[in-house]
Amino acid sequence: MNNMQPKSFFFTPENEAEAKKIIAKYPAGKQVSAILPLLDRAQRQHGGWLPSAAIVYVAGLLSVPEVKAFEVASFYTMFNLEPTGKYLIQLCRTTPCWLKGGEDIARTCETRLGIKAGETTPDGLFTIKEVECLGACVNAPVMQINDDYYENLTPDSVMKILDDLAAGRKPKVGSQTGRCGACSCGKGDE
Amino acid sequence: MLNDKDRIFTNLYGKSSWTLDGARQRGVWDGTAALIQKGGAWIIDEVKASGLRGRGGAGFATGLKWSFMPKPSERAHYFVVNADESEPGTCKDRDILRFDPHRLIEGALLAAVAVNAHLAFIYIRGEFVNEARHVQAALDEAYAAGLIGKNACGSGWDCEVVLHRGAGAYVCGEESALMESLEGKKGQPRNKPPFPANAGLYGCPTTINNVETVAAVGAILRRGGAWYAGIGRPKNSGTKLFCLSGHVNTPCNVEEEMGIPLRELIERHAGGVRGGWDNLLAVIPGGSSVPVLTKELSEKALMDYDGLREVGSALGSAGVIVMDKSTDIIAAIARLSHFYCHESCGQCTPCREGTGWMARMMERMVRGEAKVEDIDTLWDVSKEIEGKTICALGDAAAWPVQGLIRHFRPEMEARIRAAGGGR
Repeated sequence: MNNMQPKSFFFTPENEAEAKKIIAKYPAGKQVSAILPLLDRAQRQHGGWLPSAAIVYVAGLLSVPEVKAFEVASFYTMFNLEPTGKYLIQLCRTTPCWLKGGEDIARTCETRLGIKAGETTPDGLFTIKEVECLGACVNAPVMQINDDYYENLTPDSVMKILDDLAAGRKPKVGSQTGRCGACSCGKGDE
Repeated sequence: MLNDKDRIFTNLYGKSSWTLDGARQRGVWDGTAALIQKGGAWIIDEVKASGLRGRGGAGFATGLKWSFMPKPSERAHYFVVNADESEPGTCKDRDILRFDPHRLIEGALLAAVAVNAHLAFIYIRGEFVNEARHVQAALDEAYAAGLIGKNACGSGWDCEVVLHRGAGAYVCGEESALMESLEGKKGQPRNKPPFPANAGLYGCPTTINNVETVAAVGAILRRGGAWYAGIGRPKNSGTKLFCLSGHVNTPCNVEEEMGIPLRELIERHAGGVRGGWDNLLAVIPGGSSVPVLTKELSEKALMDYDGLREVGSALGSAGVIVMDKSTDIIAAIARLSHFYCHESCGQCTPCREGTGWMARMMERMVRGEAKVEDIDTLWDVSKEIEGKTICALGDAAAWPVQGLIRHFRPEMEARIRAAGGGR
């Protein structure tokens, strides 16, 4: 655990109200089921990573032993137990993306940002992470940045997306070649 | 080839609205109350008659699975939709979730009636944030319109439907791991028996089905099981979403008739193999967990459960990964070995240790830094994982490696010799 760990964590009033609603969706006495959505809320509130204090806080809300909450938080890959950049770039490395030039996409990101997978830029803007199959294989290669998928990538379109984000602009989400969903019509591949 | 009139997934590409209005125009939620009022036994019989089999990978008969649920008692029954789509090569459920969520919700309601459940969950993989937003918005619309919730569709049946997001774990696509995860724990598979129909979610009778399976139910009940059974081949009936990725000219998802020849599927819908059919090296026909096919086998493969079994592979989730002759097949499979190593939940020793060992050995095979006998050791280790774990992740890790050795051993040996390790 690193020295950026806050001493305490509490939900904002909005998230506290939302947490109550989430817990109420599950059968009586089964409030532990809400642990994934609540940890996700906590991570979003805390700028994209989950400090220990937040895990302890969620465990308290759900009346589960802290160790159980730590087990869950460390089992699932989407919980970041260390600070990440404002934009978390998740590069798909699995075979369908690799077949379509995923390595070029990774190299482009690393060169443009001057960091390797697993690292964060000094300005705290970008973190690169290599992940396993994102489940958008027909539109490979793909990457996910925070909540959004970017598909049918080329080194050029990756540069544009990163330039946009660095300049505070919102890049085009989804297929970068304008495909509708996973249709073969319209603009094809490349 | 599938006739347009037999298509179920009529908004597969998101060209029309995914909201309630759009769904109604596609015939979703049409006469749902009358279907519910025919009763659970009728629903199960129609689904049995349709021959529908699970579209998530295992291919178990859906109607039969539903009939395993016990008679109503004081114990709650649950229905769960498995939307944890994570099998490499597969991205079909995603398009139902984001482009036709009402079709899924209606199917979940009908399935819930069949298995006597008044609470259904949709467990969606965590990375699908935007897809989950569509599903939640569709659920909100359905509640507001009285289609789900108390007295759903005015049918007299109460059914709540809850969306639950995962948080990144391939193994949660395994049904017992999914239930563990839904209960707020690490997603580690359970021993069977007991089977979910007896002791599933919260220890109660539970049925879990894949998104595509569930989303087909409304159309089957409206048009009749016999209609669905008339598409495809006996015991392999119906339509199927295929995901065509890799080295094809126009990668796509497409709904086709079960049993379509693999070559026709690729050439008709994906614009053919890059560089032509003769440039084909290999195809993984059913998602990363199934054995790879050579060009020769791909030529005769029919895309259904029996057709792919006959060529030594499986339909799996129907994620078709096409590789042309530029592909380093050893590296392609090594990537999959890395995947399974990363996704092993760590519970069973053969899988936890074996997937890591195989991934490291496969990396050496890519560079040829091995001895020829190591190929035999790799085979033996894969056999020590297969069938020796609680869930099928161990098998899924073993089969791609076995398929590689079975069909591409000469390439592996040549790589080793070129690196000077042949002897």
